Amino acid sequence: MADRFAVDVADLTVAYRDQPVLWDVDLQVSEGVLMAIVGPNGAGKTTLIKAILGLVPTAAGRVLIYEAPVPRQRRRIAYVPQRGSVDWDFPTSVLDVVTMGTYGTLGWIKRPGKEEHARAREALAKVGMAGFADRQIAQLSGGQQQRVFLARALVQDADVYFMDEPFQGVDATTEKAIVTLLQNLREAGKTVLVVHHDLPTVPEYFDWVLLLNVRRIAAGPVAEVFTNENLRQTYGGRVPFEPQTVQPPQAVVSQPLTS
Amino acid sequence: MTPAQLEIQLITAVTAAACALVGVFLVLRRSAMLSDAISHAILPGIVLGFFLTEDLASPVLLIAAAGTGIVTVAIIEAVGNTRLVKQDAAIGLVFPALFSIGVILIARFASGVHLDTDAVLLGDPAFAWIERFSVGGRDLGPKALWLMGSILVLIVGFVVLFYKELKLATFDSALAAALGFAPIALHYALMSLVSVTAVGAFDVVGSILVVALMIAPPAAAYLLTDRLPVLLGLAVGIGVASAVGGYWLARLLDASIAGAMATMTGVLFALVFAFAPERGLVAQARRRASQRREFARRMLLVHLLHHEHTPEAERECRVPHLQEHLRWEPSFAETAVRYAERTGTVRRAGDRLSLTATGRTAAQEAMVE
Repeated sequence: MADRFAVDVADLTVAYRDQPVLWDVDLQVSEGVLMAIVGPNGAGKTTLIKAILGLVPTAAGRVLIYEAPVPRQRRRIAYVPQRGSVDWDFPTSVLDVVTMGTYGTLGWIKRPGKEEHARAREALAKVGMAGFADRQIAQLSGGQQQRVFLARALVQDADVYFMDEPFQGVDATTEKAIVTLLQNLREAGKTVLVVHHDLPTVPEYFDWVLLLNVRRIAAGPVAEVFTNENLRQTYGGRVPFEPQTVQPPQAVVSQPLTS
Repeated sequence: MTPAQLEIQLITAVTAAACALVGVFLVLRRSAMLSDAISHAILPGIVLGFFLTEDLASPVLLIAAAGTGIVTVAIIEAVGNTRLVKQDAAIGLVFPALFSIGVILIARFASGVHLDTDAVLLGDPAFAWIERFSVGGRDLGPKALWLMGSILVLIVGFVVLFYKELKLATFDSALAAALGFAPIALHYALMSLVSVTAVGAFDVVGSILVVALMIAPPAAAYLLTDRLPVLLGLAVGIGVASAVGGYWLARLLDASIAGAMATMTGVLFALVFAFAPERGLVAQARRRASQRREFARRMLLVHLLHHEHTPEAERECRVPHLQEHLRWEPSFAETAVRYAERTGTVRRAGDRLSLTATGRTAAQEAMVE
């Protein structure tokens, strides 16, 4: 199992016109790893996920999920887009949105039935939203929207999860709930890649980290690569936070933003 | 009712239903203006198709014109993707250019045949029943009804078959793509249907009314429900009501049927806009008024609690003083006090106000918040 990677990216390059957004990124993630993707704005974090999933055209590179190209592995991949990427005024219910996670296994034309709705309700219960199934999605708070998106990903019952800023704009309770959820996924042997913004929480929440700024700066276990030196390289000398070298989580103290 | 009158209403109702169904997805995708673009830009396609077939209801013409619609969408997207102009400007740039080509083609080559700009823009349902569809000498009804009926069946089939995919691609196209549901192909399939509907409908109702039928009924239905299946049904219902209502309005006023139908879509939308149970203007104004009243009551209670049992209570806790202290108009102060009295939180003796037990609890709770 040692060299059987859940996610295997080589030389991935994405460009808008002649401007590289991602430059020659290599990334190998083993099964059962919970990994943060961090980097400054415009570092290409979202683009990396989208490129891996084949949602944006790539200029070069190769992506394998469990040793096979993405189009052949779609059933094994779950994707949580940024919450702001959809229209929450869309006329539909919470249950319906979560059920969308089953569409991949259903395939074309076949409609979701009792079984799919039962699975969706189960996933809603897992994120603490069981009572919200029939709510119109416009009535949800930001944290609730995020939980609905996570429930939708859980329903996909995938092996590899890609999440784009699941902590964005959520309250403390929801953040805790999401962290527990991510760790449960890891315990279940799933591989989870998360675009993350809050540097101080990286050592507490994640076991691996990818430091990205158009190029890959470093990737590996948090204890090894989440260093001052690497952060300075990633954020161009303006590190918004000083990591305490490999201390238990509670030792990590957030510093005020400096520039 | 004569058979012709019935047929005209059937034709317009079927047209309105087809337009409303595709319109729902246009409105939800925030590309309502694409209906305007497509319905105009198909003109050169119609003219070229007419040169080829000399028949406005021919399938070849339909396909040629629908093709122009797809090309229009593709050009708009290509222009928008250069990021040199915004998407809405791209729409405004592309369709008048294509439309004007159609106008010039008609003026230059088609004068003298049954195809003029007025008919294209406005259409006329009054004559839609005249051209008949007959097999072996047997009359099977107006051609326009068969044409629009087939288009409606096509749309219903598409929406029913790909309902799940359309919903997902409309709500979250990134997930649709990640799951392998080809949202771009679905987008173009939908745009093809919009084009086919616009071509089929322009002869009946004209290209401007097509826009009204595609946008107003779905926009009205959107204010009435938050469930997509209900939204689709309501949009069709409102569209059909506009068509039939428009027909009778036209007869009443002795005016153009197409014009009266467009008017009806506007009237029905305005009614929903004003009186929709939750999202209408009236409901919103009511909600705001009740929030304002509730807030005023809380301010009043807290004010009274603050000065209760103090030496200045005699002066502070009087109705006229509220005008000075809370800067309330006399009439508003009166309304607020009455509302507070009605909810059993405030007692009034002459001008003098005091809290009831309930009022005191409410005031204390309001302070905690």
